[in-house]
This record gives sequence, structure tokens and C-alpha cells, in this order.
Amino acid sequence: MPPPRPYTLVAELSYRCPLRCPYCSNPVDIGADRYRAELEGEHWMRVFHEARALGVLQLALTGGEPMLRPDLDELVAAGRDAGLYSTLVTGATLFTHERAERLKEAGLDHVQVSIQSPDPEENDRIAGNRSFEKKIAAARAARELGFPLTINCVLHRQNLDRIEEILRLTEELDAQRLELANTQYYGWAVVNQQALSPTREQLERGEESVKRFRERVGPRITVLWVLPDYHEDLPKPCMGGWARTTMVIAPNGEALPCQAATTIPELEFPNVRDRPLDWIWHEADAFTRFRGTDWMQEPCRSCPLGRQEEDWGGCRCQALRLTGDARATDPVCRFSSHHDVVVSAREAGQTDEFVYRTMRRPRRPARV
Amino acid sequence: MMRPRLVEGARLQYDDVRGEHLLLIPEGAVRLNETAAQVLELCDGRSVDEIAATLSERYKGTDVTDDVHELLDAMGERGLVIDAAA
Repeated sequence: MPPPRPYTLVAELSYRCPLRCPYCSNPVDIGADRYRAELEGEHWMRVFHEARALGVLQLALTGGEPMLRPDLDELVAAGRDAGLYSTLVTGATLFTHERAERLKEAGLDHVQVSIQSPDPEENDRIAGNRSFEKKIAAARAARELGFPLTINCVLHRQNLDRIEEILRLTEELDAQRLELANTQYYGWAVVNQQALSPTREQLERGEESVKRFRERVGPRITVLWVLPDYHEDLPKPCMGGWARTTMVIAPNGEALPCQAATTIPELEFPNVRDRPLDWIWHEADAFTRFRGTDWMQEPCRSCPLGRQEEDWGGCRCQALRLTGDARATDPVCRFSSHHDVVVSAREAGQTDEFVYRTMRRPRRPARV
Repeated sequence: MMRPRLVEGARLQYDDVRGEHLLLIPEGAVRLNETAAQVLELCDGRSVDEIAATLSERYKGTDVTDDVHELLDAMGERGLVIDAAA
């Protein structure tokens, strides 16, 4: 069976960022030497065209903070020229009306603004940067210019109780989408698990609020609510399955099947400087290794629920981190012999103190 | 629905890699058959009756009014098409 065609290219333009969110999904070793040399604009432009030829439709321009790229307007125009639908995923501290206008002219389709909390002071504390007012101004600028707007807010024990305020703010800002992603434990969130992990009750109240909001607002605002893995007992199809829907390009040109894939030491990642995207998608070991179902072990191999092609075995990074084996069944699964690790991780965190994201060279071992 | 138009930010595109019509929306894509693509292309401020008349002509007199209404209502329910007259 030929491999599926990817739909989404996640272009991490730079790991630099004015914000210091303690759950950032970027690798904890973003300060390492391997990330110092960012791709040239011409690399990205070639990548966008190769991505479209491979089947990609959606381009996420993200980071770190993608607006730190001085050539962002040209990159947006190149994405449009390639026939991709582009989303700017931004912390929005640099998204002024003037810059937004230039991005609109360049052909940007959609803007996604992160907020860390609907409360200004709390937002600034979580982001580690005075940014709330700028974010609100950015969201308004986006709507004034006719961009469809998504607000995204990563949820955790320190902001989950404000979900009604988040919903109100989203409506007031005239956003079309709201992504409420409960923290998943990758990247910096692993370091901060004790400060982030919510109670079951917080999650239940949040879910209830979202349900009422959806009933009231209808299709005018789409709300995505992602329950944290640890509170499930069947795994999610992480990334829609390994190397099935999405390709991630890190700022240094490394191509990854997901943002967290560098935590799997046995994988070697091809670089778009050296290889065309088509080869990477079809031939590179990092992409073929866990694609499909042939690599699966028990209990996945003879899944009692026949979910192999539904959840694709769950998350490889999580399997490695919690069981020591990247080929193991995601321990979120109740059939995994390591499921007790997930059950005990459900316990709510006990501290409000964050270890903030930083690009200083790592002191701790590079991989978590 | 009187004067349907695509919701802000939605873009029609023919995907020459997969050989199908699509409505691209923020972080998603809706696959369209040939007829749906033709209907949505005509959602430029004209009325549903005008759209139906144009298509009926294209299909050599077959009356497609009901199909057009059905499609636009379904797209409206999903928030993909809104009424410019409302």
C-alpha cells in the first residue's frame, strides 16, 4: 500500500521567542548548537513547493515566534504561490496592525494567537513576559483586516478554572476558532509537570463549560477541546499516525514526523538542505520506522479492539519516555502492561513554580 | 439562505495532486464533488435562485434548484457558507 499523502507542513521558522511558556512543545535543548543555524529563505521556499507537490495543503508558520523571521512576508508569499493555505501561529507580541497589513498583502490566510490566560497578570506570569495587552491588540488587528482568527490557550491546573473567561474573551474578540489544548507532556511540559498537572474535577468542569458554550454558539465559533492523554485509557492517534498526515521542519532544516520526535535517540533526522521532501517522506528511516502497523508489538499487534489503524499505537515519544521502548504500546492504553505509570501520573501537581523555557545552553542532559 | 457567500477565510482550490476540489478553511479542508465546487464558485453575492438558474442552464435545462438549496443548507449548518443578505 503506498504511504498516505501528507496534508500539513509545520514550518518551525525559529526557536527564538519573546515568550517563555513553561509548557512549550519545542525541545528542551533548543539552546543546543544544532539549532543555531536557521534555514535560509530560499530553502523554505523550495520546501513549500515540494510540500505542495507531495500533497500538502496546510502550512503552519510557527516556531518559537515565526514573526522574528525578517523575511516572513516573503515566506508567506511563497507559501501562497505554492498553493498552500497558511496559518501564522504567533505569540502575537510583534503582530502590529502595520505588520499584519503586510502579511495580508503577502497572502496570509489565517492567524492563530496564543493567550496564556484571560487574566492579564496571570497571562504575563505564565508567558514570562508582559504580553497580554499586545495579544489583545493583535487579535483585534487580525479581525479588522478580515483574517479568520483562532485563539489558542494551553490549559493546565493554573488556568483551567478560568475557562468561562476564556470563552467570553474569544467571543468578544470575534474569533472563529478556539483551541483549548490541555497540556500534553512533551518538551518543556515534562520539566514542569508538577506545576501543570490538573485535577480530574478541573477537567470535568472545563469540559462542561465547553459543552454549554458549543450549544449556545453553534457553528459560529468552533471550539477544539483536547483531553489530556493521562486521563484517557485508550491512546490518541498521535499526529494522525506516525508520518501519515504531517511533516515538521525544525528551524535548522531537520525533518521530523512530529515536534517531539527528537526525543527518540535512535532516530536520525534527514535535513531539507540535503534531501528533497519527496525522498524524506517516502524513504527516510525516521519517517518509515513507525509508519503503518508492521512495527507494532503486543498488545498492539493483536489489539482486542482492532484499533491498530485507528490510534496507530498512540504516541511513540510517550511510549519511549514512560516504558523505555519507542516500539511499545502507548501506556495510555489500558491494555499496556505499563498503564499504571499513566494512572499514577494523573495526580494533580503541587507547585505553582515554573521552570521557564530558555534558549540558554542546556545544563541538564539534552534529552528528557 | 438568500445570498450565500463563503465564510471569511475559506478558499476554493483544485488539488491537482489528489485530483479533487477542496474548500480550504483554517487548519482543514472539505472535499467537494464537481457539482458542489461549481455551486460554491457561484457564491459571490448572487441569490440562490440565480445560482440554481446558472447551473440548470449549464446542465442543459435539468432543474437543480433543490440540490443547490440542500447543499447550501448543509454547508450553512457547518458554518462554511453564510448569508450575505442576513
